[in-house]
Amino acid sequence: MDVTQAGTHRRVNGTRGERPNWLGGLVSLLWLAVVIIPIYWIVITSFKAQSSYYATNPLAPPTEPTLANYRMVIESDFPLYFLNSLIVTIGAVVPAVAFSFMAAYAVVRGGTGRFLRGVNSLFLMGLAIPLQATIIPVYLIIIRLHLYDSLLGLILPSIAFAIPLSVLVLSNFIRDVPKELFESMRLDGASEWMTLWRLAFPLTRPAVVTVTIYNALQIWNGFLLPLILTQSPDKRTLPLALWSFQGQYSVNVPAVLASVVLTTLPILILYVVGRRQLISGLTVGFSK
Amino acid sequence: MITQATSAQRRTPPAATGGARNGYLSWLAVPALLIFIGFGVIPLVGVLFLSFTSWDGLGEIHLSGLTSWQSVLSDPGLPHALWITFLVMAASWGFQTPLSILIGVFLAGQQRYRAVLAVVFFIPLLLSQAAIAIAYKALLDPNFGLGAGLHIDLLVQDWLGRPVLAFSVVIFVVSWQFIPFHSLIYQGGVRQIPRTMYEAAEMDGAGRVRKFFSITLPQLKYTIITSSTLMVVGSLTFFDLIFVLTAGGPGDATRVLALDMYKRGFQANLMGPASAIAVILVLVGLALALLLRRLGGRDPQASQMEGA
Repeated sequence: MDVTQAGTHRRVNGTRGERPNWLGGLVSLLWLAVVIIPIYWIVITSFKAQSSYYATNPLAPPTEPTLANYRMVIESDFPLYFLNSLIVTIGAVVPAVAFSFMAAYAVVRGGTGRFLRGVNSLFLMGLAIPLQATIIPVYLIIIRLHLYDSLLGLILPSIAFAIPLSVLVLSNFIRDVPKELFESMRLDGASEWMTLWRLAFPLTRPAVVTVTIYNALQIWNGFLLPLILTQSPDKRTLPLALWSFQGQYSVNVPAVLASVVLTTLPILILYVVGRRQLISGLTVGFSK
Repeated sequence: MITQATSAQRRTPPAATGGARNGYLSWLAVPALLIFIGFGVIPLVGVLFLSFTSWDGLGEIHLSGLTSWQSVLSDPGLPHALWITFLVMAASWGFQTPLSILIGVFLAGQQRYRAVLAVVFFIPLLLSQAAIAIAYKALLDPNFGLGAGLHIDLLVQDWLGRPVLAFSVVIFVVSWQFIPFHSLIYQGGVRQIPRTMYEAAEMDGAGRVRKFFSITLPQLKYTIITSSTLMVVGSLTFFDLIFVLTAGGPGDATRVLALDMYKRGFQANLMGPASAIAVILVLVGLALALLLRRLGGRDPQASQMEGA
């Protein structure tokens, strides 16, 4: 008798708890519109002819969609900037993630040693400091290394800026690998180097994917470093090129927006490919 | 190898073992350490050093004592930049937090739309701030933008030409980019609250609003600190967006510290005073991190995680 009563009681309250959250729903819907409308506008406008842009309803899809804007962007120096961005991103992300993973592994596995504790604290400190603030000495160092106006000059600081957060996230995940697995690897005579790549690396793959995508996003979209550390047009990366393109063609809004779309496309593809792991990685990382 | 293993097994925290292994492990941290020292630690010390020099960005660097600091501290531009930085921080926090919590709570309860919303909500995060700023500049153009095209007079304003409007646009665009992300953080936080707490409150006849204020909000404490840390520390770094959108203008209405540093250093070629501003920027960042950590009352590692 008691059991059935408790059962019905809970069910009644359960349904009451699921009453729709009108305020939350309304705000979410509204914000969804706020997020979508500009994106929608960017995409449809990029397919409009410059002449029809001024004449038509800005939120109506183009009556005669054209690829002329995209053609114009691609026939400019866009492919070169694209290549520069690709080189800088891959050239920085691969070493940044590899070095961070090695450091995170060392910090977790040998974290009681004074040296590694110090290294860890140093990286943690790096998180609290807005790295833009160090841009002037970075500029000086890059000049003195004769790397000013070169892609390598963009890559090196990008790696350094990516390290603190990467080490932190990766070490949080490596810490979750059961200790017994490390023990059994060692009893099998595996070296630390092998344990790192054969055990820790595959077991923390979601974290590695998350960190890789996050860093790739930061570096691909980076603006300040190219702005300060490069000068010649042929060393531009996409965000900087976008900015100067906008200054040059500000009247041709559809072409400017086509360049915005083209710049975002690669990162969108990367996101779609790694989305599942990125979201689960971020959720776990932030709710710890 | 075998002796090491047995000695490791005998100790309770198995991570600590012989010096040889630790020595080898230390080497693994060296590449990351070197590059971080070279382009992180040395520049941090260097910026303090440069604030006591005069340098035009090209020629010789001369020690000049406190000259840069004197010129920066006596310049009314500094309190103004600090004030604008603070306003951006406060306004972006105050606008984003309630909306993010509301959307996050809603998303946590809705299984059906979550996947779709998660996809859409991530898109603004994927765009570069330069791209966002460029798109919004076109969108808000008083003659050729969305408002003019739709013939809605309310939307036809000189958005970036008037100080208060330009400031509001910066806050709006920041929120456009980051509210979705913070909503997802809050969604994760809400989903970690044990259902039994709500069931107990329902037994006591608590309604939705009551449950929100006496369970959800207190339980979200650490999530709020996480999200607020990200917003506050992040607000110090809105360089790209403001630089492209308003370039600090109109006048100096949106000239935040980072922009002030850039303009003094790379446009006026006064690297000494610019470095002094950078030192102030570092101090503000550190002070905020410490303050938020104290508010959080968690161990440094955890709150640093959130600081990410």
